[in-house]
Parts: sequence; C-alpha cells; structure tokens
Amino acid sequence: MPEIRNFTLNFGPAHPAAHGVLRLVLEMDGEVIQRADPHIGLLHRGTEKLAESKPYNQSIGYMDRLDYVSMMCNEHGYVLALEKMLGIEAPIRAQYIRTMFDEITRILNHLLWIGAHALDVGAMTMFLYAFREREDLMDVYEAVSGARLHATYYRPGGVYRDLPDVMPLHEKSRWHSDADIERLNQTRGGTVLDFIEDFTNRFPKCVDEYETLLTDNRIWKQRLVDIGIVSPERALQLGLTGAMLRGSGVEWDLRKKQPYAMYDQVDFDIPVGKNGDSYDRYLVRIEEFRQSNRIIKQCVDWLRKNPGPVMHPDHKITPPKREEMKGDMEALIHHFKLATEGYCLPEGEAYAAIEHPKGEFGCYIISDGANKPYRLKIRAPGFAHMSAMDELTKGHMLADVVTVIGTMDIVFGEVDR
Amino acid sequence: MTEALRTLETHITKSLSEKLISSKIEINELTIEVAPVDLLSTVIFLRDDESCCFEQLIDLCGVDYLAYGESEWDVDASSFSRGVKREFSFDDSELDEMDVEFEGKRFASVIHLLSIKHNHRIRLKTYCDDNEFPVVDSVTDIWNSANWFEREAFDLLGIMYSGHPDLRRILTDYGFSGHPFRKDFPLIGQVEMRYDEEQQRVVYEPVSIEPRVLVPRVIRDDLRFTAAKENKTKTEAEE
Repeated sequence: MPEIRNFTLNFGPAHPAAHGVLRLVLEMDGEVIQRADPHIGLLHRGTEKLAESKPYNQSIGYMDRLDYVSMMCNEHGYVLALEKMLGIEAPIRAQYIRTMFDEITRILNHLLWIGAHALDVGAMTMFLYAFREREDLMDVYEAVSGARLHATYYRPGGVYRDLPDVMPLHEKSRWHSDADIERLNQTRGGTVLDFIEDFTNRFPKCVDEYETLLTDNRIWKQRLVDIGIVSPERALQLGLTGAMLRGSGVEWDLRKKQPYAMYDQVDFDIPVGKNGDSYDRYLVRIEEFRQSNRIIKQCVDWLRKNPGPVMHPDHKITPPKREEMKGDMEALIHHFKLATEGYCLPEGEAYAAIEHPKGEFGCYIISDGANKPYRLKIRAPGFAHMSAMDELTKGHMLADVVTVIGTMDIVFGEVDR
Repeated sequence: MTEALRTLETHITKSLSEKLISSKIEINELTIEVAPVDLLSTVIFLRDDESCCFEQLIDLCGVDYLAYGESEWDVDASSFSRGVKREFSFDDSELDEMDVEFEGKRFASVIHLLSIKHNHRIRLKTYCDDNEFPVVDSVTDIWNSANWFEREAFDLLGIMYSGHPDLRRILTDYGFSGHPFRKDFPLIGQVEMRYDEEQQRVVYEPVSIEPRVLVPRVIRDDLRFTAAKENKTKTEAEE
C-alpha cells in the first residue's frame, strides 16, 4: 500500500482572497487543514521606527496608512495617547466631531469588510452595493480634510478644522451625464452636516438591502454557519477583541466600558453573538452598522446646535490661526517653533486604546522628554486576530480558510505595520 | 477609577511583596516591575488572583533603552549649530564601543494586561539582565495571544523568550539579519535590493543613501510639565 502523507499548500501572497499580502502555508490532509502557518510581514514598513525619527505631529499621517480602511480611528488612538501624556483635552465640539467621524469610519470599514467578505464567499453583488455607500462617506472625508482616504484630520488638541459650511458639488465631466450630475448633487446643496444627516436617513434602508441579499441566503449560511467557532474563553486567551470577541458572546466594548471622546453622552447598544461562529460575527457587524448610524444622528443633532472651538487654545501644542500669524509676533513664533521643532512631551509613558472597527487599537508611547517618541508601539487588533488563524481553521476545509480570513476582517496595513 | 487602581496597587504590593521591584500610578495607569526570574509566578498570580483576574494579554512589546535621554541638539549651549549630530556609524568597532559604554539594563519586555471582569488594566515591565543576550521567560502558556507578540519582539529587538514554542522571525524578510528596532540599527537599513540584468536575479547591496535628520531630537525642560510634576509630588507628600 502506498504511504499517505500530508501535503503543504502555499496560499498567497498574491491570492485575491488573501486580503492583501498574506502568505499562508497550509498543511493539508486531503482537503482538511491540519495546520495553518501564516507568514506575514510582506507589508512591513517599520511605522514604529519611522515615528521614532519624527516629531509627534508628523506621524499622524502614518496612522492613516496602518489600517487603510479605517483611517480616522487609527489617528484617534494615536492622538489620544498624545493628549493623555500632554494632559490636555480637546474642546467638546472637537470630541463630538471625532465621535461622529469614528462612527463614519466604522461604517466605511464594515462596508469594505462586508463587500470583500461576500465577494470571497461568492456574492459579487455585495461589493458593488457596499461601494455605492462608501463613495458618499469618502466624499465627507474629502470635504473636511481634503483627502478621501488618508485624512490626517485629528490632531492632538482637537481636529484640524471645523466642519465646512458647504458640501462640494459634483462637476460636469466626461464620465457623468447631466442627469447623473443632477442626481448626485441632489443631496449636496446644503452643509456637510446636512449631507451626513441625509445619509443617516437613507442608510438603514441600505443595510436592509444587504440583509435581504445575505442574512437568509442559503449559500451564505452554508458557507458561514459553524465556521471558525471560538468559545468566549478561547477568544480571551487568543487576545481577540472587537466584533471577534463580541461574536463569541462577551459583552465588551471600550466605547461603553472605558469611554473616550463623547461616547458616554450618546445612546447606543452593543450587539453580541451567541455561537461565536462566522455567521454570528456577521450579524454583530450588521447591527453595528445600525448602531453607528444612530450615533452619527445624535452627533449631527448636537453639532448643529453647539458651535464652538475645535482646537485646544494652547499654542505651544496647536498651531495658531493663519490670520493671527500675519499680525501677531507671538503667534508667528509659535508657528515657527511648531513647524521646525514640534513640541516636547513630558517624560513618561502612556497607553491609550480605542474601540477600532476591528477591535482594540492601542498606542503605547514612551517619551524621554524629547520632541519625538522614544518608543511607539502600535497594538493592532488584526495582528492578534491573525495569530488565531491556526486555531480557527484547524479541521476545516480549504474553502473555509477564505471565510475565516473574511470574518477576521484582516487588513495588512495594520498587521504588518 | 483612580480609587480602584489604588486598591489594586495595594493588593498587588501586598501579595507580591519583595518580588515587586517598583510600582507606580501615572496618568491613571498602573505600572509594576518585576525581575525576569519572578516573571512567570507574577503573571500566573495576575491571571488567577480573584481581584486581579487579568484574562487577556492585550499587548507585549520590547523596548531598547540604549539611547534613552540622548538628544541631537544641546539646548543649553550658548551658540546655535545645525543641531544635527551624525546619528549612526557603519563602523562596527564603534557600535561595539557603544554597547560597552552603556550602563544599566538595556532591554525591557513590557506586557499590557486587561481584565474584562473588573475592567482594569495593568502594565508589567521586566528588564533583561544580560545586555548581550537578553532573555525573558515566555508567557505563551499563560496567554496564547503572547505567541506572535513575542515573536515580534524577538524579530525586531532580539529579545529571546525562553520556553516559546516557535520563536521564528515574523515581520522581517526571509533571510534578514539584525534586529531593526534596536537603537543602533540605522533607520535607512543596511541593505538595499535591485534587479540585476546580468545575473538575471535580485541582488542585495549595502545601502547607498546617507542617513539624514530633518528635525533634530531635542529634549527641553518644559516649565509647564516641571511645574505639574512638582505640584504632584507636593500633594503626594502632603497626603
């Protein structure tokens, strides 16, 4: 009789379902996975080392490029750590803006997740649906920061600028007919807040659409139910956070338990799963869509009624207004010092964590009193999730690997840093 | 929050007694330090004790203290300079000298723990005894999530975790040499690669770019922070 042996299969790094640059070495017994060994680091840029060579503010842009589908949430984690060390707090309006943009970012992230996840499993349409809404939200990003993806909008002490009064309109071009332009600009006549409010009014309908496509879909359920089950105890052991932890039935959300920004002022619920399988995690994230939408609505209401400053007034840390610099010597000096040297943090260390769309995103900063961090450690949720890959896929079929990668919501920008 | 942290600190101080090298609460964060020999017993206590109950290891990272407190610009000097000292040297003998010069413990392994039950966090620091060959016990058996974090600290800083089941490099390239997050590793790296037409393959060469510093590293005694610190010690002394 011939000897039957396991064989190893190389998955990625250029596999479309590998969500970027994941190389998985799978040890297979027939079609069943015995061991999965993820090789990561193909996107390693040394963000932490780069940050050590730059003044604090210049690293905010690097944070966008970590998890490049939830940009502002990464910035929030970093900026919070800085504010903690400096002992300052952003003005309330800035904190509401941050809360709102964190939730916009959460929707952006989950939209990409649901699109890519469904596409991996075999539902092409979801991707197109998800990008329809993503487009609107990225326009909001662009309106406030000038960039659709890498916003660098949050700054220590507040946000870069207040919400603009006008939402930019689409212009006529070769790609859009007049009818198109009219339809696109219909909701863009007012302020940015008007546009966001309009979005929150139509978004629940969109989530319903996703659900009609997926929730009771026979194929979707066959591919997701009972795949990658994690018990609550194992989830804690493996360091899973965010929806991965809540899917296993652990009610843990930093927005509620260790509130930051304005999360203790807004109403929302934490959805939890029951079985800890991929399908439950899907349901959790779908509910998070609706809850985020609810939070955005409340923030819009508050922001309409309460104008105010969005930057901390201490110009040792935040740059003065451009107009002031024209006539005020002190403002000019402040700007010069900030641009050429930055600001120094007191000696010490701090860890600040936020509830990132993917889980707990934390920044650990050690400062020796200089204008650059001595050591910056970024705790990326995806890194811990990826390390659980072996356990989640063991005993499953090859095709389920794709489902597990999808359900973990992996983005390599943050895993490899 | 602070009250609860204080209670936790006294509880830990009492239970660990002489194992504890130091403990402090700063910016609402509790940091404790133990020696590498006591690490395993400490983490088991932190996980299993009823009022600690740290079920989750959130983060583990290594720190290299080689250049701690060094600045590139002497702010006390009376004249102005470009302020940029050359940071790195490619001469190996100089690097060795740097190691010899360094006094104290160079490498630390820092663990961040979270208790979901009690909703509190703690930071646990361990300084490795040997600067040449830093070793710490692995905590992978206590929290499985430590596995990759320890591999990362090994890869980037060269800290060895004894008892780790699979201590391989994780983030750097296959065949990479050196530990890039060490402070004596140049920011620009040591090798660059390009495709060689003649040999028809990718070749590695020493880096051709020069290291440069755009904004010098400056340490200033900011009066606001000094004042805040003095106030704090004053109130603490009064207490």
